Amino acid sequence: MTTDAILQLALFLGVLFVLAWPLGAYIAHIIRGEPKGEQTGPIRLLAPIERVFYKLAGVDASEETGWKSYAIGLLVFNLVGVVLTYALQRLQGYLPLNPQGFGAVSPDLAFNTAISFATNTNWQSYTPETTMSYLTQMLQLTVHNFFSAATGLVVVVALIRGFARKSAGSVGNVWADITRTTLYILLPLSVVFALVFVGQGAIQNFKPYQDVHTVQATTYQQPKLDKVGNAIKDAKGNPMLEDVTTQTQTLAMGPVASQEAIKMLGTNGGGFFNANSAHPYENPTPLTNFLQMLAIFLIPTALVFAFGRMVGDWRQGVAVLAAMTLIFVVAYGVCVWAEQAGNPALVSAGADSAINMEGKETRFGITASALFATITTAASCGAVNAMHDSFTPLGGLVPMGLIQLGEVVFGGVGSGLYGMLVYAILAVFIAGLMVGRTPEYLGKKIEIFEMKMTAIAILVTPILVLACTGIAVMLTAGKAGVANPGAHGFSEIFYAFSSAANNNGSAFAGLSANTPFYNSLLAVAMWFGRFGVIVPVLAMAGSLAAKKRLNVTAGTLPTHGPLFVVLLIGSVMLVGALNYIPGLALGPIVEHLQMIAH
Amino acid sequence: MNLQLRPALVIFGLLTIVTGIIYPLAVTGIAQVAFPNQANGSLIIKDGKPIGSSLIGQNFTDPKYIWGRPSATGPMPNNAANSGGSNLGPTNPALTDAVKGRVAAYKAADPAQTGPVPVELVTASASGLDPEIGPAAAMYQAHRVAVARKVPESQVRALIDAHTQGRQWGLFGEPRVNVLELNLALDELKA
Repeated sequence: MTTDAILQLALFLGVLFVLAWPLGAYIAHIIRGEPKGEQTGPIRLLAPIERVFYKLAGVDASEETGWKSYAIGLLVFNLVGVVLTYALQRLQGYLPLNPQGFGAVSPDLAFNTAISFATNTNWQSYTPETTMSYLTQMLQLTVHNFFSAATGLVVVVALIRGFARKSAGSVGNVWADITRTTLYILLPLSVVFALVFVGQGAIQNFKPYQDVHTVQATTYQQPKLDKVGNAIKDAKGNPMLEDVTTQTQTLAMGPVASQEAIKMLGTNGGGFFNANSAHPYENPTPLTNFLQMLAIFLIPTALVFAFGRMVGDWRQGVAVLAAMTLIFVVAYGVCVWAEQAGNPALVSAGADSAINMEGKETRFGITASALFATITTAASCGAVNAMHDSFTPLGGLVPMGLIQLGEVVFGGVGSGLYGMLVYAILAVFIAGLMVGRTPEYLGKKIEIFEMKMTAIAILVTPILVLACTGIAVMLTAGKAGVANPGAHGFSEIFYAFSSAANNNGSAFAGLSANTPFYNSLLAVAMWFGRFGVIVPVLAMAGSLAAKKRLNVTAGTLPTHGPLFVVLLIGSVMLVGALNYIPGLALGPIVEHLQMIAH
Repeated sequence: MNLQLRPALVIFGLLTIVTGIIYPLAVTGIAQVAFPNQANGSLIIKDGKPIGSSLIGQNFTDPKYIWGRPSATGPMPNNAANSGGSNLGPTNPALTDAVKGRVAAYKAADPAQTGPVPVELVTASASGLDPEIGPAAAMYQAHRVAVARKVPESQVRALIDAHTQGRQWGLFGEPRVNVLELNLALDELKA
């Protein structure tokens, strides 16, 4: 690592922890429910709106339910979103705010996109600036960025309550939790970030695409078309090309900054443009890049602090955070080293350096690109400021591997912490087996039911990833999408299903995924990868809440010390390694050996 | 289930109004007042007409201009209505071929340059719209531009220096030169 790479990391983590600590206190405050008379900030402003919401919805916010009712409410809420988003995409041609006149989105793509945004994945099989109207982007995609983040938040809130409560029959009121997290946490932060982004150059308007008259004319080739618009082919069956010269550049416009803010804060990652956070209108300067990286980790980190507060021992939160940070720092080190060492093929082709600048932006360079890639895949964000498909084999292994660990290293909003707490339960279980005691975590006895739910939550995504990848590499429809030859082609498919099942959304984007085969199979992986984990986690929340809280004795394994941190990292790495090393060996590792052999 | 459907629909609808309509419209309103230039795309206006955006790279192939990062967008390079990178993997022969082609173009445009070409000039950017290159990559082209414009090379180099931005706040990102703005300044030089 260069000095700069270390400096950037230290700066990032320093600012992150300083901001996340007070935010964690604020989040804990919001989630506990506000005693009257102490209302501050956004709460005072938005509290009347909240009351009107409950009145119209017929909800008594103080009435809490058990985990089943909580889970059903959450599922119904998300299904409503999927149906509406599907419908809006199909109908966008008839609706306003569509200056480019985009028609209906195809059924398989609309289905994939609706599932993708509802599950916090934001996998994009489409090119947004040639597919989605402004209305679709703001009324459905932006909205889902809020709601899927709120969904993750309320699940972890229910789980924390499970640990914090004693002999309780309820885990919370799902409607109050969704409303409060959206209005008081996600919305105010989004407004602040959006305005800073615009100030730096991110666009925010509803204008039609802007034509400009460029300084120099551009000549390019395009397929020759006949009168009905079909490509004319020559005697050999290849499409005939014609030279075209233009001095017009069309700049895509739209309400970008408002979507960008919640895209990062909600660890969603679905870009307004195809190039995502590499696009200068989405991420114009090195400063916005820093803020975008900060936005990804901000709420996940604050939640770890909030967790410590809510279970009454801040050291519990710090232990979890320490495990996350250690894995993160090592992953970043590998990624930045691999990209800096680069690709020897560039030098033999006549470049002055092997540094891997293919698919990277000048303003970010290697350091900020590698840091962004590590952050976006440690979390379940999936936004990219550099093209992961063009990373070196080991540089690309880092994002893929972090996704495959289940995005528990900081992780998605809510989902990162509940994922890591599931691993914490696994860690105390393994420790319990070693010393022959009934495992307990935070004073709760871990018994058969919790271990069954833990096993489901941990195994559902690897099963989806490995099975779907297996299906895709066996079928012609799966292999047809591959863009790069050899081991890298396998990596593209493997990455796609890892990203979908773990709700990341980034891609080795050479893969042509906008086909009925990929759209359907990826949607299945996204849905079950999301709710196949959420439902067992909520079940565990319910069962934990009902338990008594045990007193700490001499035989209790302390879960706030270095020993536990090591155990926790060990559990995460063990499960990840056992599931994925064979697949990684076939893809990035083979490709690395091929690259250095030349 | 019935008990859940009403709150699901109502809460979904009301929060959609707040986050999907009021929020983007409010941000647009504030942005259009506080930052009208940025919110509308940081356009560069010359003689009353928009000729580009300072944030969006344009395609330059004429020897008298500084060339920017290669762009892999289709059908034409620097297509700002269809952004994206090449997505070529590191061991893909197509990547090596593309790099060789770009190296050859630089060598052909300036036979006096015999050394290797800066790597960022022969690798495609992530967005296909990268507006900038590093200062060294701009200096590498100074000789060719000076010859094509029949001006002293020192003048071109001075202009590159004047257009070089350091790291933002001395901390973030990399030093860089905005290619479009530099080329507009080069055109002024001639006049």
